[in-house]
Amino acid sequence: MSIAATQKRGFGAVLWDYLTTVDHKKIAQLYLIAGGIFFLFGGIEAMLIRIQLIKPDNDFVSAGTYNELITMHGTTMIFLAAMPLIFALMNVAVPLQIGARDVAFPFLNSLGFWLFLFGGLILNCSWFLGGAPDSGWTGYAPLSTTSPGHGVDYYVIGLQIAGAGTLIGGINFLVTVVNMRAPGMTYMRMPLFTWAAFIASVLILFAFPALTVGLFLLMFDRMFDTAFFDVSLGGNTIVWQHLFWVFGHPEVYILILPLFGVFSDVFSTFAKKRLFGYTAMVFATILIAFLGFMVWAHHMFTVGLGPVANTIFSLATMAIAVPTGIKIFGWLATLWGGNITINSAMLWALGFIPSFTIGGMTGVMVATVAADYQYHDTYFVVAHFHYVIVGGTIFGIFAGLHYWWPKMFGRILHEGLGKLTFWTFFIGFHLTFFIQHFLGLMGMPRRYWVFHAGDHLETGNLISTIGALFMAFAVIVFVINVIVTARGPKAPDDPWDGRTLEWATASPPAHYNFKQTPLVRGLDPLWIEKMDGNGKITPAEPLGDIHMPNGSFLPFLFSLGLFISGFGFIYQTDNKAWLIVMIGGLAFSAAMMFVRSMKDDLGYHITKEELEREAD
Amino acid sequence: MKGWMGKFRALSLLGLLALVLAGCGRENLTALKPKGYGAETSLHLIILTTVVMSLVLLVVAIVYITVLIRFRKKKGKEDFIPKQVEGNRTLETVWTIIPIILLIIIAVPTTIATFDLASTKGEKDHLNVEVTGNQYWWHFNYKGEDIQTSQDLYVPTGEKVYLNMKSSDVIHSFWVPSIAGKMDVNPENENTMYIEVNEEGVYWGKCAEFCGPAHSLMDFKIIAVSPDKFDQWVSDMKDVDPDAVAGSKTAKEGEKLFQDNNCMGCHAVGSSPVQVGPNLTDFGNRTKVAGVLDNTKENVVDWIMDPDSIKPGNKMSGNYPELSKDEASKIADYLMELKPSKVTPESAGE
Ligand code: HEM
Ligand SMILES: [Cu+2]
Repeated sequence: MSIAATQKRGFGAVLWDYLTTVDHKKIAQLYLIAGGIFFLFGGIEAMLIRIQLIKPDNDFVSAGTYNELITMHGTTMIFLAAMPLIFALMNVAVPLQIGARDVAFPFLNSLGFWLFLFGGLILNCSWFLGGAPDSGWTGYAPLSTTSPGHGVDYYVIGLQIAGAGTLIGGINFLVTVVNMRAPGMTYMRMPLFTWAAFIASVLILFAFPALTVGLFLLMFDRMFDTAFFDVSLGGNTIVWQHLFWVFGHPEVYILILPLFGVFSDVFSTFAKKRLFGYTAMVFATILIAFLGFMVWAHHMFTVGLGPVANTIFSLATMAIAVPTGIKIFGWLATLWGGNITINSAMLWALGFIPSFTIGGMTGVMVATVAADYQYHDTYFVVAHFHYVIVGGTIFGIFAGLHYWWPKMFGRILHEGLGKLTFWTFFIGFHLTFFIQHFLGLMGMPRRYWVFHAGDHLETGNLISTIGALFMAFAVIVFVINVIVTARGPKAPDDPWDGRTLEWATASPPAHYNFKQTPLVRGLDPLWIEKMDGNGKITPAEPLGDIHMPNGSFLPFLFSLGLFISGFGFIYQTDNKAWLIVMIGGLAFSAAMMFVRSMKDDLGYHITKEELEREAD
Repeated sequence: MKGWMGKFRALSLLGLLALVLAGCGRENLTALKPKGYGAETSLHLIILTTVVMSLVLLVVAIVYITVLIRFRKKKGKEDFIPKQVEGNRTLETVWTIIPIILLIIIAVPTTIATFDLASTKGEKDHLNVEVTGNQYWWHFNYKGEDIQTSQDLYVPTGEKVYLNMKSSDVIHSFWVPSIAGKMDVNPENENTMYIEVNEEGVYWGKCAEFCGPAHSLMDFKIIAVSPDKFDQWVSDMKDVDPDAVAGSKTAKEGEKLFQDNNCMGCHAVGSSPVQVGPNLTDFGNRTKVAGVLDNTKENVVDWIMDPDSIKPGNKMSGNYPELSKDEASKIADYLMELKPSKVTPESAGE
């Protein structure tokens, strides 16, 4: 077994390598590429939506297509772009930050990725095979149960498979953080990003099963003639909303908490200060996650749950503003008195603060029940959640990518292009969404295919579309940046004068991460060593053999089986012959599982001698 | 530094400009100029929360801008290593307690308003209207009055009107921004809300819950008239003789065509209860066809000839024999003569 496969390899070999890899750093790249492509899809859908709304009574796309666009835009952005991009960051940084050689379950890590990818592919196949889902990313029954065609079936099956991948990924990170920390890396010494990834994983563990249950019931209603959501047969449609939001509300915290972690790391690195109020920041994160589970019904204030329920959920929701405020002020205090470098990564983090504060502000506003009777399901809400999801999650992903790009690819993203991306995106973002608060209050409901001339909604919508064009431009610049950077100069191992363990490895790190497991002596371990004049992390163990897992093609095959089976599920309602495909696919996946459990796969060892031969 | 501030200023300026251009939105459609009790209550809370939250934003902005000005890396001090501050109990306590106080300021009036708007105390003593949401139109049944209308809801000003809402298919949401906040219209249970309109007028309503292709075309109106006019309207609407309306020759022929072409299978004229399609008793008085087109003969003909091109996914398309333009025109004449009452949207000031 050679560890240094540095000689040029053919395309086939590289492809095979990625199809079978169980290395968390390569899986991070896979998540990045796949999530990035889905982000472009979601972005194109957003642009088409905004072009349709550029003027009143437009007929650029048909009503049916418009509904498919909003549904796929929302679903794609949440499940196929934001989530995997977060997983990309978690995969690249978490094991390195805790000084681990790998994640706890490398095989499952790869399985999680392939399940997500094939789930996403199924969803997007719908565009070409008779029509995409059209009942909104929230899939409310009975609109979803009665939607004709197969669109919603693709939604059910695609999300089911992708969701399983996410759940597996989340569990893997939970166990990784619990079990794989280097000696001395106590919980209260973990970098905030690792903390946030950990908490987000807990949320995934508890939230995704609710989605699975909901999708299962929907699947049975649509495909096997049950009537969970059919009122005429004694079903109940509100149950879907509860199941969906019991998942859906924590989901938005899954989308934001890891990025809170990114900002914490970025701020402390580029302000050259340790994080202000570390303990408070950790507990605020935990508190936000906890409250995140208690407030799902604030999406349902107008459903008719009654004033008692509405008030309770309203107050619980407002309470989240307190720990969130603690975090905002913690970051500001971290910057206060610092020696601040402003580069692309830092720009995204700095741009986040005003954007997210506005999003949080409108968050309290929509939590105010009797006022929400006006905001709910209007463009005010569209504005609010884009301020938090784009201003928080997307800004955070960009910050994280600029920050960790050297770790991922051994290159630093071009600064000039990076700044151009940031500024055009930032301006476009506020142009697009700020005005939408007013559009909502001026009477524009959400998910409207057209608004009427004379409704005084023209100017606002025009500005909003212009803003979206700015954002599209920014994303194109980013793609160019990635291409330009690929040929750029090599990055040093520690380009930002970092504080945490990932910066103690090579850029990109060897596939075993750390030759010797590091010894952690406190918060910001690398910084401590630098301040003590060592400049290098003290190892916790003598140089010895390293045990590594073997790659495997089984996760790909297993997911492929489910993918094929998915089509069987979808089309067996038309023709029972598809049951063969449905069962065949499942059987194939089961066979892959059987192979996995039968075959002893003990991995391999990199010997001490090989490690010694490597240049230090 | 300048770049930052400059861009910020340009942005807020643009936002303001847009607001001035747009005013506060269209009269009788915007939540920002309330003409009813619910909308007023909501607006008070909207203003309160905006003020309180803007205060928070201001504090954040001041600290943030100060940080950006004072603590950026300076020439000659590139290697300066700041003090590694752990935290500060007092500060942390302050920024925990102050938000709690601010939230209490919001929470108390929120709770009061929520219970107020959900109260059904006067339901028995006031007008009750059964509202049915359908893909993509609204039906109104005045309880105890034997009056059915669709699309246009007439109410007296200055009085509470209780709406008992239910859906016949998917979930809809009843929203007239300048009168009251919205309430979902579910298929399984009846939701009740009350409205109270201050001034005479025609108020625009929209469906706010995503309900299918023509979701954005599910418009309706609340027509608020003085209590006197309302009583007049009620008595007019009660003695409609569905057979005695058509006057002109073409309208008479239209009426026959209407009956012969299965239109009556879905629509009713007079006081029969909710049907597959809107009740057309006072069609001639409506301002809109299908909720969205101006009520001109041309538009009525267009609608009858091809409803799907106007409201995609509606349940009228394909459910009646094909009609010639001439036939459609006669039916339109008939429908436009259905004007049982002198109390019309115009009498509300439209
Ligand atoms: C290029 C930037 C974006 C633009 C211009 C944009 C625009 C829009 C528009 C116009 C809508 C439809 C509003 C409606 O009629 O209801 C929408 C919905 C939505 N967007 Fe975005 N969006 C962008 C980015 C994102 C991102 C990054 C996310 C999440 C990660 C996201 C999540 C959603 C969701 C969940 C919905 C609701 C879909 C539904 O109603 O089913 N968007 N967006
Ligand atoms: Cu509707």
